[in-house]
Amino acid sequence: MTAAPQAKADTAIQIDALRLPEGGAWITAARDEALARLRATGLPQRRDEYWKFTRPDSLTLAEAPRAALFEGGDEPDMFADMDRLRLVFVDGVFDAEASDDPAMAGLRIERLSDVAGQDLHWARDLYGTLEARGQTPVPRPLAALNTALAGDGVLIHVTSRAAKPVNLVYHHKSETSDAILHHLIKLDAGAELTVLENGPAAARFNNVMEVDVADEARFHHVRVQGRDHERRAATHVFARLGAESAFKSFTMTANGVMTRNECVIELTGDDASAHVAGAAMGDGDFHQDDTVFVTHDAERCESRQVFKKVLRNGATGVFQGKILVKPGAQKTDGYQISQSLLLDDDSQFLAKPELEIYADDVACSHGSTSGAIDEDALYYLRSRGVPKPIATDLLVLSFLAEAVEEIAEESLRDEITARLAGWLERRRG
Amino acid sequence: MLEIKNLHVDLEEEDKTILKGVDLTVEAGKVHAIMGPNGSGKSTLSYVLSGRDGYTVTDGSATLDGQDLLDMETEERAAAGLFLAFQYPVEIPGVGNMTFLRTAVNAQRKARGQDEISAADFLKLVRERAKELEIDADMLKRPVNVGFSGGEKKRNEILQMAVLEPKMCILDETDSGLDVDAMKLVANGVNSLRDAGRGFLVITHYQRLLDHIVPDVVHIMSEGRIIKSGGPELALEVEKNGYADLKAEVA
Repeated sequence: MTAAPQAKADTAIQIDALRLPEGGAWITAARDEALARLRATGLPQRRDEYWKFTRPDSLTLAEAPRAALFEGGDEPDMFADMDRLRLVFVDGVFDAEASDDPAMAGLRIERLSDVAGQDLHWARDLYGTLEARGQTPVPRPLAALNTALAGDGVLIHVTSRAAKPVNLVYHHKSETSDAILHHLIKLDAGAELTVLENGPAAARFNNVMEVDVADEARFHHVRVQGRDHERRAATHVFARLGAESAFKSFTMTANGVMTRNECVIELTGDDASAHVAGAAMGDGDFHQDDTVFVTHDAERCESRQVFKKVLRNGATGVFQGKILVKPGAQKTDGYQISQSLLLDDDSQFLAKPELEIYADDVACSHGSTSGAIDEDALYYLRSRGVPKPIATDLLVLSFLAEAVEEIAEESLRDEITARLAGWLERRRG
Repeated sequence: MLEIKNLHVDLEEEDKTILKGVDLTVEAGKVHAIMGPNGSGKSTLSYVLSGRDGYTVTDGSATLDGQDLLDMETEERAAAGLFLAFQYPVEIPGVGNMTFLRTAVNAQRKARGQDEISAADFLKLVRERAKELEIDADMLKRPVNVGFSGGEKKRNEILQMAVLEPKMCILDETDSGLDVDAMKLVANGVNSLRDAGRGFLVITHYQRLLDHIVPDVVHIMSEGRIIKSGGPELALEVEKNGYADLKAEVA
């Protein structure tokens, strides 16, 4: 579990070299505390229990490895048909001109860099708080690093039902950019918000989102990570759920040499529900890791984890998912499935599903599988005249469907399915 | 239309010969039935004709309107006009029945050098055919065969056949798992497709399906060969006396 002394000393030197951004009193204190957390854990090492399957080196190097810019062709922008409020970041820097006016009924949006010196109570109370809670029992050093170093991000305080989704758009325009963003989202009781995220963001992107969902509030999150082959991303979503609240998060990952998506959810109020899902497609130099930790700490809560990965030409997929049911969290309904479809013998899927249950009246199930295209289904489709490459793609989409179906909104489901189909079609040749 | 000559087939993974010289000709406009005990090679014949992996043809030929079927990919055979209604239709979660049908229709049209069917024409065609088979809009929307009852799956096979309009239809144990009402629906669906340009090969274990789909010719298959052929009365004879008598008689 602990790093070797030399490696630990090396990361300590690296941490000491970090310079925190300027800011007001409360944020400086929060950054100092985060830095102290990072010092205590050190940067992630290969020998750490939750970094066995994913090499952390390229995510912790002092400088971001170069990532070539990607030409997406003539595909329309993500979510283009939706009425949404766009907030644009270019290589991690907010672009006010490209963004929409952040005024919207039902919520208030501010920039972290603007309010860092002000006494914004809710932001002060939330910044770094869920991240810090999420450090036990499993350390998440890259998230602590983010809290310490992030100079920007959006702060969204949702007081009722947001009039439209907020879309965080992340452009990547510099081959060496190293972006760190930290977003705070607070939903008051009964409030509702959809956040859409899309784009590669930078050569290397460290993103943290802390989401505080009060009683009966609803939070939806749909994310499409950029298709730049050489981009790297380490993301964390930390969520705390009040009674009868709902949290739904879906991530599509297509391409990317390194992606680590961590999601840490705490169900703290009775009858809350949390769904986390992902569809990943990798071809060749692709490493994608979903690390999920759901803690049930209230009664009658429901959680679902549905992760599907399609891997070819030596791509690697990782899933580490845990359901922790604390004492007293009776009538918990926990479900977890992680599956990979390996389109050749060179690709691999590494999975570590975990259940830890301290209550006696719960229903928890988990499953993990790795398989190839179903030959019977392929034969069936071909016997109806569907050529093998198209039949194969249909079966890949069929495989991913269970994850995509976790998206509540039909138009978003359709758009994601069309993107997945487009990715497959481009590889059909 | 369908011409099978001296067909010999081995199972690829085991050293086992399943078909030991099958000769069979189905003419356009005719319905032929193949009956036979379990393990006689009936289903293997349907799989080999449609191109399923796992079988090796060691001798003989199979042609559809003179085209060598055995030299084609499965999808090419379908585009050439061959259709197999499966004994066990496969469930495909996440792919809507309509999407699947439309993909199949357009793939076949493309293979034949025809334009894609318009969305409106396609919808009209499917609705018409679905109505005859008492397939409702909900079944068309659902993922292919997922959560379908045995009868629904078989009706869905006949719907695909009706929409794809193949020249040569092979029905593999389509009556298995059907109650009488479902069997009548399926048989009506098949009968409405009978015409002068279309051939049928109905594989069945029992005679009862042949009360509803009345064949022109009945063949009895045993141990990889057709041992006897005759009119519809042959099916009744099997029903009455079983296969053992026939086998003894031929031997």
